[in-house]
Amino acid sequence: MSTATKVKKSEGLFSKKNQKLISDPFNDNNPITVQVLGICSALAITVKLEPAIVMAISVMFVLAIGNVVISLIRNLIPNRIRIIVQLVIVAALVIIVDQVLKAFVYDVSKQLSVFVGLIITNCIIMGRFEAFALANTPWKSFMDGIGNAVGYGVILIIVAFFRELLGSGSLLGFQVIPDSWYIANGGFYANNGFMLFPPMALIVVGIIIWAQRAKNTKLIEENN
Amino acid sequence: MNVNSNGYTYGFATILVVLVAVILASLAMGLKPYQQANVTKEKKQNILQSIGLDVDRDEAEAQFPDFITSQYVIKSGKVVSEDASAAFNIDMAKAIKIDPSEREVPLYVAERDGGKYYILPLRGKGLWGPVWGFISLESDGETVFGATFGHKSETPGLGAEISTDAFMSQFKGKTLDEANFTIYVVKKGKGMYPNSDVDGISGGTITSDGVNDMIQDCLSAYKPYLETI
Repeated sequence: MSTATKVKKSEGLFSKKNQKLISDPFNDNNPITVQVLGICSALAITVKLEPAIVMAISVMFVLAIGNVVISLIRNLIPNRIRIIVQLVIVAALVIIVDQVLKAFVYDVSKQLSVFVGLIITNCIIMGRFEAFALANTPWKSFMDGIGNAVGYGVILIIVAFFRELLGSGSLLGFQVIPDSWYIANGGFYANNGFMLFPPMALIVVGIIIWAQRAKNTKLIEENN
Repeated sequence: MNVNSNGYTYGFATILVVLVAVILASLAMGLKPYQQANVTKEKKQNILQSIGLDVDRDEAEAQFPDFITSQYVIKSGKVVSEDASAAFNIDMAKAIKIDPSEREVPLYVAERDGGKYYILPLRGKGLWGPVWGFISLESDGETVFGATFGHKSETPGLGAEISTDAFMSQFKGKTLDEANFTIYVVKKGKGMYPNSDVDGISGGTITSDGVNDMIQDCLSAYKPYLETI
């Protein structure tokens, strides 16, 4: 009895170790900029800010719940079919997200269209299931899921912010560049149409990686 | 228990799949009415847009009966049904697979500020997926009053421009070409019939051609009927 409380005390819900599960993927181990996972969706849905935010929330839901479910049944999953079991669980969660979006935020679901389905193929999710949830308790897995989803979502939102601002002159659909600035209205400004194309997302991600490594020098790989 | 035995593996897989199937099926059934309502509202919104009414999707439901006075099903130049829901529920994706002369198509009759308009649904193929829209004709049955287009997955900035005001507003005031009963979407400056041509999207040629074919194909099903009025 006393040992049980002792164990609980040394491993509180928000112990240093658990906090690290959330903060690590934010910077030192960011899924996009450090592990370079989930790039495909970072290219596809960052033209506008709103779908990027919805995508980030959807991934958070799928990753956090999925991690918990996998962790809960981790001792029951037969080793030989564990990847398929993980796939079934991701697929089921993604379908739930897709159906709920279609029913309650129809416009957003139209914009995200196939990309919601593609959450299934987001390597971050399978990666966390396989690397973390299969070996850890539900609470830790939950924290890990939230942490990685936030790390992913923050990059997505930063990229979308620049692409929408420079490509469409708006943020969240609201015009922020004054109309009178535009060449069509006698001004000097034109939106950069290139920003609307996927390659520009890669360049923005590249710049973020550069900026992050300039600040966080331990991420820089040794050059042999 | 050995979780890696064959029997356990089969059992686990079966239970998991059945469980997931039951959860997803009941969720899909529960959400279906909400999803269906969204699709219906959007369709009503698009129909109203084609006669120049810009309403919110949520208001479309309430405003629809104020403007749309009747809905017909047309086949080979005759009205075969005046049942509003029969007309509204026609699936254009299926309808366009039938030859225009045999096709059952919906016709919406609208009244706005005393004028009478005919609204015709359109559906065709773009570059990456289906394109669709509504075109409204004035009471003479040949002058275009307005048009609205939508698409599933055309390229943003190129083909997707068909659903911008700049493209759609070109249709207003055009007259259907007499010979082919259509509006031509042509390369900028390459038109031959100034009254029946609109400029396509530069860089979105295949989508523009798709819209061109869609208008011709869908309108031809209404030709025999509209010529009688």
